[in-house]
Amino acid sequence: MSSKQSSNNITQARRTVQQLRIEANIERIKVSKASADLMHYCSEHAKYDPLLMGIPTSENPFKDKKPCTIL
Amino acid sequence: MCDQTFLAITFGPCDNCTQNKPLMNIYLKNEPINYCSLCVELMACQALAKGETINTLKAESESLKAKLEEERAKLHDVELHQVAEKMEALGQFVMKTRRTLKGHGNKVLCMDWCRDKRRIVSSSQDGKVIVWDAYTTNKEHAVTMPCTWVMACAYAPSGCAVACGGLDNKCSVYPLSLDKNENLSSKKKSVAMHTNYLSSCSFTNSDMQILTSSGDGTCALWDVESGQLLQSFHGHSADVLTLDLAPSETGNTFVSGGCDKKANVWDMRSGQNVQSFETHESDINSVKYYPSGDAFASGSDDATCRLFDLRADREVAIYSKESIIFGASSVDFSLSGRLLFAGHNDYTINVWDVLKGTRVAILFGHENRVSTVRVSPDGTAFCSGSWDNTLRIWA
Repeated sequence: MSSKQSSNNITQARRTVQQLRIEANIERIKVSKASADLMHYCSEHAKYDPLLMGIPTSENPFKDKKPCTIL
Repeated sequence: MCDQTFLAITFGPCDNCTQNKPLMNIYLKNEPINYCSLCVELMACQALAKGETINTLKAESESLKAKLEEERAKLHDVELHQVAEKMEALGQFVMKTRRTLKGHGNKVLCMDWCRDKRRIVSSSQDGKVIVWDAYTTNKEHAVTMPCTWVMACAYAPSGCAVACGGLDNKCSVYPLSLDKNENLSSKKKSVAMHTNYLSSCSFTNSDMQILTSSGDGTCALWDVESGQLLQSFHGHSADVLTLDLAPSETGNTFVSGGCDKKANVWDMRSGQNVQSFETHESDINSVKYYPSGDAFASGSDDATCRLFDLRADREVAIYSKESIIFGASSVDFSLSGRLLFAGHNDYTINVWDVLKGTRVAILFGHENRVSTVRVSPDGTAFCSGSWDNTLRIWA
């Protein structure tokens, strides 16, 4: 039984090592490039973001519209 | 050890020890080998004895971890907020509660928007799952689940069904019918089966597949029609609390976070864990992809939210303040990704400028913990659910 436990530990350790090998070999880019891309995406899409830009009350279904008076 | 193992009991001389014994017909690298069971055991031990003891494996894993940190640190040339300094600061934000959805009898645990931008499904501790029309605050459907603590609910992309689950360890799909008198429970379909509570569920791009995460430490992809398990994802060492699918149409990855403080990124087709991030100091309650799919944010019990960039493979921002001591239960991005909404256990919602790392607003209103925060599909409003039994729509 103890050999089974130790072989379980070994398989677990082997799995961890394989996982780490995969992770160590992935391609990475610099943080400066990644940040620049995030900023670029934000600027590009900012104009389409209602919560950021605010849209007129008439177009927002959740904001209450002012009542119109019919003269 | 072996690529494939076919066991068929034959009797004859062993290839190794030449004694007449029952043989185990094993294929090693596609070559058949007829060894007796004793020789097979010896062969297995020899493979281990060739230096793959548990100590050498441990040492290798430590050195790989160190190498990973080194590789990641090499690319850490600047901080995100430094790069973002040249961006314009955001103005004052005025967000108010525009609708309050009352009707749940107990804590609201989860909610999801329909793609039509007006319907919402929410689930609560007492087992009720309610579908609301957010514009009018009317309840359209209500289902009572056979279990309490319905921690997960999701709207199908077509808007024709909802999925929910919790302490019943299952994820069930209810097709929504237009007939108000129809009993939804009769059409219920059990899709997922886990061995512990269901913490989160999400439809993939179609109504046909559901991704679930569970307290049993695994995530799983299921086919809705047949209930079959398509892929399972193992790698977390504790309960998985949250998951989020990558936004792009071609994206085949998702991120999950759990009580082991790790956030893992998975490939849906192979089941492989492709990236792992472990910088949080406590359970990760919520993960959400950045709209571009290149990064994700996480909210944790350590009272911080963090942004992880997938291509740089590291944490690039922390959203925290000394005054915030209560854990974040749920996070979501605005449509452009500039704002991050975080619901906390101190009844507030913090709104952060994602790029600059500063807080732009605190929203008060709930009278108990905020358990879930989701921005609507068109970005005009966001909805928060709380342990005070209500949901609020803010715009």
